[in-house]
Amino acid sequence: MTSFSVGQRFSKVLVEDLKRTQLVQYAGASGDFNPLHTDDMHAREIAEFPGVFGHGMLTMAMTGTLLTDVVGIQDVERFGGRFKAQVWPGDTLTVHMEITGITDDGQGGAGVEFSLSTRNQDEVEVFAGTASAHLEDYAEEHAT
Amino acid sequence: MGDEQFPVESLHVLTFARAIGDDNPIFSDREAARAAGLDDIAAPLTFVQASAHCDPDYPLRPRAGEPWFGSGREPGTRHPELTRTLHAEQHFEYHRPLVVGDVLSWQVIPGDTWTKESRTGGVLEFRDFRTEYRDASGELVLTSRSVTAMTGPATGDR
Repeated sequence: MTSFSVGQRFSKVLVEDLKRTQLVQYAGASGDFNPLHTDDMHAREIAEFPGVFGHGMLTMAMTGTLLTDVVGIQDVERFGGRFKAQVWPGDTLTVHMEITGITDDGQGGAGVEFSLSTRNQDEVEVFAGTASAHLEDYAEEHAT
Repeated sequence: MGDEQFPVESLHVLTFARAIGDDNPIFSDREAARAAGLDDIAAPLTFVQASAHCDPDYPLRPRAGEPWFGSGREPGTRHPELTRTLHAEQHFEYHRPLVVGDVLSWQVIPGDTWTKESRTGGVLEFRDFRTEYRDASGELVLTSRSVTAMTGPATGDR
């Protein structure tokens, strides 16, 4: 693992041209079978949306994959955020993550704070989050 | 503490990781997970949402012999709450990594309710609740805080 610095940025394309099938796949895995996400006829004619849209939790789950690409999952202490806009089939989502703070814990480790912003192809933010991780051997990592 | 249990199983974790497009081997390969310092295959950060499968009262799952509000021959019906409820915020606090083999129980703690005017002039009703997930020994594994937003019955706010 590399060392970190405040202001360091990471990004990752989470999905290109989101497919309705992936919404069904997520529904099955998560157990959330809300027809707003899986049933286009219902979403249009009953709920009066343009069609099915993505589970907010699918967007958040995809967003979190960058966090666990960058730090060990066992180091993550908090991950949360707000759903800012809906995600539609056909969307391409990219997460932008930045290190906003590093605090030495005085015992050779450090707390690292992250901000995460997931945006669609039109740069509309769909999820805005923060996370923190505690790295036990941060000082050693930093020294190498 | 609720009586229901959510066993974290490897095929379920793999299915979930596939659904979110994450091919990180710590979610599918025990050796890779152990090499990364975990006791077993890890569950993705938001996997605990899938405990819905084990919630007998979870409303967003069709049940044999019971009406379902989705479409068939007809487009279905409005659900009095769910059709107009959206997820506004979600926050997780991790006390230790969730891994295959864990069996979680959970307790929901209702929080605040408040209202706010929406962009289209309707009223949004927010509800906040926390859920504590504990392992078989009663140790806190993670805490979830959710905020949902429900639009007023007469508006078409989105």
